[in-house]
Amino acid sequence: MAAVAARGCGGAVCRRAWQRGVARKARGGAVPAGKSGLAPWVPVVGLEIHAQISSNSKLFSGSQVQFAAPPNSLVSFFDASLPGTLPVLNRRCVEAAVMTGLALNCRINKKSLFDRKHYFYADLPAGYQITQQRVPIAVNGSLSYSLCIDNKMSQMVTKTVRIKQIQLEQDSGKSLHDDIRSQTLVDLNRAGVGLMEVVMEPDMCCGEEAAAAVRELQLILQALGSSQAVMAEGQLRVDANVSVHHPGEPYGVRTEVKNINSLRFLAKAVDYEIQRQIEELENGGTILNETRAFDSKLGCTVPMRDKEGKQDYRFMPEPNLPPLILYDAKSLPANVSHQQVVNIDWIHERLPDLPSVKRAKLVEQYGILPEHSFTLLQNEDGLTEFFENVVKQTQMKPRKVIGWILNDLLSYLKQHSLTVKESPVSSFLLADLLNLLEKKEISAAAAKQVLAELWKGEGKTPLEIVKEKKLELIQDQKELEQICQVVIDGHENEVMAIKAGNRKVLNKLIGLVQRETHGRSNPVLVKQLLEKKLSE
Amino acid sequence: QVSVALKEGQVTPTQLCQRCLALIRSTKFLNAYITVAEETALKQAEESEKRYRRGQPLGVLDGIPVSVKDNFNTAGIETTCASNMLKGYISPYNATVVQKLLDQGAVLLGKTNLDEFAMGSGSTDGVFGPVRNPWSYSRQYKEKSVSKSHSEDEESNWVITGGSSGGSAAAVSSFTCFAALGSDTGGSTRNPAAHCGVVGLKPTYGLISRHGLIPLVNSMDVPGILTRCVDDAAVVLGSIAGHDPKDSTTIQDNFMPFELPDLTDVSKLSIGIPKEYHAPGLSSEILALWSKAADLFKDAGAKVIEVSLPHTRYSIVCYHVLCTAEVASNMARFDGLEYGHRSDMNESTESMYAATRREGFNDVVRGRILSGNYFLLKQNYENYFIKAQKVRRLIANDFVKVFRSGVDILLTPTTLSDAVPYMEFIKEDNRTRSTQDDILTQAANMAGLPAVSVPTALSEKGLPVGLQFIGRSFQEKQLLTIAKWFEKQVKFPMIQLEEVKRLDHGVFQHQKSASFS
Repeated sequence: MAAVAARGCGGAVCRRAWQRGVARKARGGAVPAGKSGLAPWVPVVGLEIHAQISSNSKLFSGSQVQFAAPPNSLVSFFDASLPGTLPVLNRRCVEAAVMTGLALNCRINKKSLFDRKHYFYADLPAGYQITQQRVPIAVNGSLSYSLCIDNKMSQMVTKTVRIKQIQLEQDSGKSLHDDIRSQTLVDLNRAGVGLMEVVMEPDMCCGEEAAAAVRELQLILQALGSSQAVMAEGQLRVDANVSVHHPGEPYGVRTEVKNINSLRFLAKAVDYEIQRQIEELENGGTILNETRAFDSKLGCTVPMRDKEGKQDYRFMPEPNLPPLILYDAKSLPANVSHQQVVNIDWIHERLPDLPSVKRAKLVEQYGILPEHSFTLLQNEDGLTEFFENVVKQTQMKPRKVIGWILNDLLSYLKQHSLTVKESPVSSFLLADLLNLLEKKEISAAAAKQVLAELWKGEGKTPLEIVKEKKLELIQDQKELEQICQVVIDGHENEVMAIKAGNRKVLNKLIGLVQRETHGRSNPVLVKQLLEKKLSE
Repeated sequence: QVSVALKEGQVTPTQLCQRCLALIRSTKFLNAYITVAEETALKQAEESEKRYRRGQPLGVLDGIPVSVKDNFNTAGIETTCASNMLKGYISPYNATVVQKLLDQGAVLLGKTNLDEFAMGSGSTDGVFGPVRNPWSYSRQYKEKSVSKSHSEDEESNWVITGGSSGGSAAAVSSFTCFAALGSDTGGSTRNPAAHCGVVGLKPTYGLISRHGLIPLVNSMDVPGILTRCVDDAAVVLGSIAGHDPKDSTTIQDNFMPFELPDLTDVSKLSIGIPKEYHAPGLSSEILALWSKAADLFKDAGAKVIEVSLPHTRYSIVCYHVLCTAEVASNMARFDGLEYGHRSDMNESTESMYAATRREGFNDVVRGRILSGNYFLLKQNYENYFIKAQKVRRLIANDFVKVFRSGVDILLTPTTLSDAVPYMEFIKEDNRTRSTQDDILTQAANMAGLPAVSVPTALSEKGLPVGLQFIGRSFQEKQLLTIAKWFEKQVKFPMIQLEEVKRLDHGVFQHQKSASFS
């Protein structure tokens, strides 16, 4: 029963072929099996993702949820597991899990159960975690995600990973080890915060796929608002289960990699672990079913000492919580409002647009390329809104606007590590600038110069900058004709070549006119003028 | 009746409270109380007195002295569970039931003794020592026992209260309070009630909030009520029952308090006598009382029929698995970190845990944790825990079938025999004792049904014997109405205590009939 039907990536689908450990990062086509007498390795990656639910209060208590509050300032009697306290389920957390389940195409269980998972740890005050081991709230879903091949945006492939289940559970507190005084300090602020554990089936085969799948999940969670899903703040934590095997053989022994706190590290950790396992096996070693931690400084995984040995969690039903019953339109009892019960259909109707739908809408509405829609949603929170705002305020076609957003704006922001919201150029200013360009008052080259000024954030409008720097296009046709004439007169050889039929040289002349006018001439107009003069 | 006296001003809440406190002092040897909250009790009595003077008492319970088993959280008053683990622990909050009593003006005298973490059936296994049954010092018992064990030291003749709510039962029985809260997981309220000659009510699971009750077995624990008469039990029930947002297993509805009617006609009732309760070890004396009680109903015109609850005999072993498993889980929180005892051992967190738990828990608790964890191991879970849950369902279904067949109420003995002397009791270990003593009470917890033990008669040794009524789920009113009729028929004698007599300056004349309602 252990092996799940392979899906997603066979060796052919995955662009990275894993082979006998010669080169650490073997790239390129599939390894020709048989040549060496050995089949290539097939890596298998599954993920367990803990997403902190975005809610005002904790899963089973009324204490507030807040990042970086003073230690132990958000702890109720229940969170500290004072004797005699009982859990009371937070409705908001249930709704967040239902939303997430629906967004991930899961079957929502109308009856789910809570269980206790026991282990002793300083930041687990009750000695057990309340989770959903037997019957989780959502099962059997799927997540489609896209990734580009060889970093080329134009070559995107879409893949699907199955979602095994989503379960509600409590977060633990945090232990802070003070090695100097050899003591452990415990902060229970996080203890009892609601988590959704999303279990992804082992349908992925490399770090990049894992990272792309998690990124898509992150976008979905953020679109739903069910989790803020910021990895750096621990709202999204990813554990990767990695194994390798030969095609046609059962899955290999897997290891669990923990301590991954960014998408980049996720990709790195998974790839490292795959390569490590291959090398280990190639060298006649065996893989232990163990938990390993990713060391981001060393870029490798190391066995976790304190997780050695198999734990028996001694699961048992949580006796203080009745089964969690959800309703749909059909099963909803009469005279009950949606505020008293959780109605799956009601939530379904109110789901916001998911990233995939948003992308499709962007492509349809603005006529931009699909890969651009990915970049819009992929990169930065608020980028789409920025784009849409610019489009609203300018006559320029969205297909042209997107270039300014994705090339100019994004690269500037990246260079200066700024978020969209921190951009010194507002959507209003950019639209203003693009309008000047669109009305042919300035050239594209001049527009870049203006933008460079705008980044300084000195509060000037594009028009002011244009005036100040005298960047407006030369509207006086006579003046332009004169300049063209000067250029023609000074470049006899080029003129001859053009007249002999080498039209390409015309571009050189256009460029020369541009230079002469400091970019203040409209190339289309210049071309016309030059052509006219040359045919005279 | 005391309530009437309070209303009429024949006695003030402060006088009443002081009288009870004096009695607690004079009966200290019973070891019924772990903590006596003299100061706060007197303050509460004073408040109550003001309300009476204004003519605005909060209800029947206003000014009534009550006690609470020491496994209910009480803000500002130590809550120990009779364990080293929680010695000195002062909870920051009140259990819902405690809060409800206080909200209705009851005066909380103190916290009563129990077996450590309510694990036991004798009230002999707590760190504060065993509770002594007030009947050991009654004229009734002394007269009968002296002749038999003349040679023995009188000191060694005292009998146990039963448990684990023995302190609460002894407190009510010795007149130190008018009502007490116990807890009932396998019979812990009814068993000591029977041995101490008081009424012990275990309501339906889910009718009363468990918030603030330090759990033994969450899925079976119910706060229990110990009083001197059935009417009092109904009053206390009315004041503490109903939905609690802090306990998700309570019923959704609010509970409507009721007064018990005086039943005159029992001819429409069908009383079931479950034959399985004729258990091995049942004393002939109790068997005789049981059939006498059945005859009482029969003679009054009720239909009395023998019924069968075939799975009853598996109840104890099933309970053993479910109880220890939950105990193992519930006790995991006592690690010395957040509260309670913490060992000085500080080599590592793990060694501190181990030492804390070794020092904090007695053998009984540790033993149950050990076996519970064994049953929950992955390789055992299916064979033990799941099986036990299935058996539990069968036991519950037995009751469903019997009640569906038209039986209104079941009549059974509460205990196999009357209370045994302490010296006798401790010859067997806690586990053996619990196994024997819970045998007649346990199944009601498995099924979550309401049950009440009513003092019926004195045994040959002059000790109380109780019989148990088990009712349908949430049919407390019917259960108690029948119990009240029965109580009236059997005319259980008053305990005659030298200590009480000495202090009996009139106030307790009102108490002669033992009730406040």
